[in-house]
Amino acid sequence: MQKYTLKHLQELESESIYVLREVFAQFENPAILFSGGKDSIVLTHLARKAFYPAKIPFPLFHVDTGHNFPETINFRDSLVDKLGVKLIVGSVQKSIDDGRVKEERGINASRNQLQTTTLLDTIEEHQIDCAMGGARRDEEKARAKERFFSHRDDFGQWDPKNQRPELWNLFNGRKVMGEHFRVFPISNWTEMDVWQYILAEKIDIPGLYIAHEREVVWRNDTWIPVSDYINLRDDEEVVKKKVRFRTLGDITITGGVESEADTLEKIVEEVAAARQTERGNRADDKRSETSMEDRKKEGYF
Amino acid sequence: MSSYLDMELLRFTTAGSVDDGKSTLIGRLLFDSKSIFEDQMDQVKKTSQKRGLDHTELALLTDGLRDEREQGITIDVAYRYFATPKRKFIIADTPGHIQYTRNMVTGASTANLAVILVDARNGVMEQTCRHSIIASLLQIPHVVVCVNKMDLVDYSEEAFDKVVEEYEAFAAKLDVKDIRFVPISALHGDNVVNRSKNMDWYEGPTLLNTLETIHIGSDENHIDCRFPVQTVIRPHSDEFHDYRGYAGRIAGGVYKPGDEVTVLPSGFQSKIKEITTFDGALEEAFAPMSVTLTLEDDIDVSRGDMIVRTNNQPDMEQDVEFMMCWLHNEPPRPRAKYIVRQTTNEARAMIKDIQYKMDINTLHRIEDDKSIEMNDIARVKIRTTKPLLTDPYRRNRHTGSLILIDEATNDTVAAGMII
Repeated sequence: MQKYTLKHLQELESESIYVLREVFAQFENPAILFSGGKDSIVLTHLARKAFYPAKIPFPLFHVDTGHNFPETINFRDSLVDKLGVKLIVGSVQKSIDDGRVKEERGINASRNQLQTTTLLDTIEEHQIDCAMGGARRDEEKARAKERFFSHRDDFGQWDPKNQRPELWNLFNGRKVMGEHFRVFPISNWTEMDVWQYILAEKIDIPGLYIAHEREVVWRNDTWIPVSDYINLRDDEEVVKKKVRFRTLGDITITGGVESEADTLEKIVEEVAAARQTERGNRADDKRSETSMEDRKKEGYF
Repeated sequence: MSSYLDMELLRFTTAGSVDDGKSTLIGRLLFDSKSIFEDQMDQVKKTSQKRGLDHTELALLTDGLRDEREQGITIDVAYRYFATPKRKFIIADTPGHIQYTRNMVTGASTANLAVILVDARNGVMEQTCRHSIIASLLQIPHVVVCVNKMDLVDYSEEAFDKVVEEYEAFAAKLDVKDIRFVPISALHGDNVVNRSKNMDWYEGPTLLNTLETIHIGSDENHIDCRFPVQTVIRPHSDEFHDYRGYAGRIAGGVYKPGDEVTVLPSGFQSKIKEITTFDGALEEAFAPMSVTLTLEDDIDVSRGDMIVRTNNQPDMEQDVEFMMCWLHNEPPRPRAKYIVRQTTNEARAMIKDIQYKMDINTLHRIEDDKSIEMNDIARVKIRTTKPLLTDPYRRNRHTGSLILIDEATNDTVAAGMII
């Protein structure tokens, strides 16, 4: 029976496609949370496969902090164009202008926390009943306990101690008005799986992931890119380095690593040899030991 | 790197209580297989110091939620990932205390293998039986019994043999096809990843080696063709104007174009025209692949239907009997209606009869007390509003499993293994 076995990437792909189709069948108005990062790109690619030969039946939903890598926005727009799907943008700048949230101050200020309000407001405005994300359980310890189908109350909150049990592949997406779900089709993928899959499937990704020359400053043990949104300290020195990014978030807090990996093959080798988690370069996770859990409870991605 | 692409995926579950070394074992597996990153290790070291420990507590690697870290207990199922050059692994790490039976059942539901820990000093205990009974009930195909803390019995072969003998006597009552034993010390790393220098008498593989090589190719059912339809795909585009495909994940068997099939429950017959995927049409497809089927004839097929081989059909019943694990802290209400979800099908159901409860430490039937509470396991009968298309759980874990959802709260309240 050796013939009838799947390799691990095929099995993960099959599982994720199954989840995407369950979302389509169980919800009225789902959307794919699209950050322009590799995980949401892989998720979008899987959605394409799940509904082929039909188009992806979901809009892409981008929470725009205003502090983007310009490359991310270009990539987003050309992908939306190519797939012929609708794009929904929730703007953090607008939430600030409307007085819904207050901008953080200080040297480590970021708009990371503010995204939650924009996310929840946009979900309500567009009556999205299921927001799919590319979060993975291997990323962070609070995420290790996340379900595929994760229920949110009408304040958008996650109650980690009172999650619905999830057995086999029987997903329960039932809810009352006002509640919504977060669904994570690539829960079981690791960073390595994602890179292997991008390589195997030849998926287009932003050049930021590949080693390139860039102006950066050394801050919080990582290379932070120089941009219009960053306040330089007196003692900080701008240098040019060959870097790549392992995750893409807000440009003000996403650190790069020095790297020579300028092809996908080399990235895979580098990931295999890495001794730091990919979120090790994300200042948002370093605020406290349980900062991800705390943000998730409030409704973060 | 090509070897990485060729890897198989093994999902296994570990169950254990506070003192049996489960977290240490997982920490050891992750640590010795070099799956722990520096920043994770730094955080664990920092926390260990903050708590005044004089060693680095590997068990902290597996605690996730704030309450768990504060109380030093595991509340919920946590999933961990690691890979070796041979396989990729997903661990469903579940708390083993009796009050967390529901989590053990959850973790076991998707596992190919269960790792069961036995303390070499104590032998087979109540909780060993409980974990093994759950593995058997959930039909986990492989069980690896790790006889742990061998360092505390002077790495003695007699101590190991005694536990093996005790376990085998007990396991004769169970329905597990493949049981193996490994003597280990999770604390010192003997036979977890690296072969022990203290137990020359043991000639079998280490735990990791067992996990890497155990044959999992026949864990899926490749005989009975079962295709539960998830959704219908209609592109409405110029290129695929008349295309009508049925999307789903194969729950059993092998499908080929030209196969004679019957759509249930309607009973309409047709032939498979094409197995569509994004990467091109396939010559054959098997469980657990996600594909889209098209049929030669234009017949009415929708979500919840099942496309099966005409000469091999599942049971079609409104009275369904199963072993139920109750998952919710409120007991079932008398004559309450539930939503039953089984494959992609959904119906309303009522619990008609509770035949007996099972003592999950001994397998004994309890027939005089039929009150169901959270974590209880019982044999029940339900009546559904429309027929379900089922196979016995022993034969197919996909078509033999179901959940009950409370109509009033939308909570998932029970899991069932169809008899």
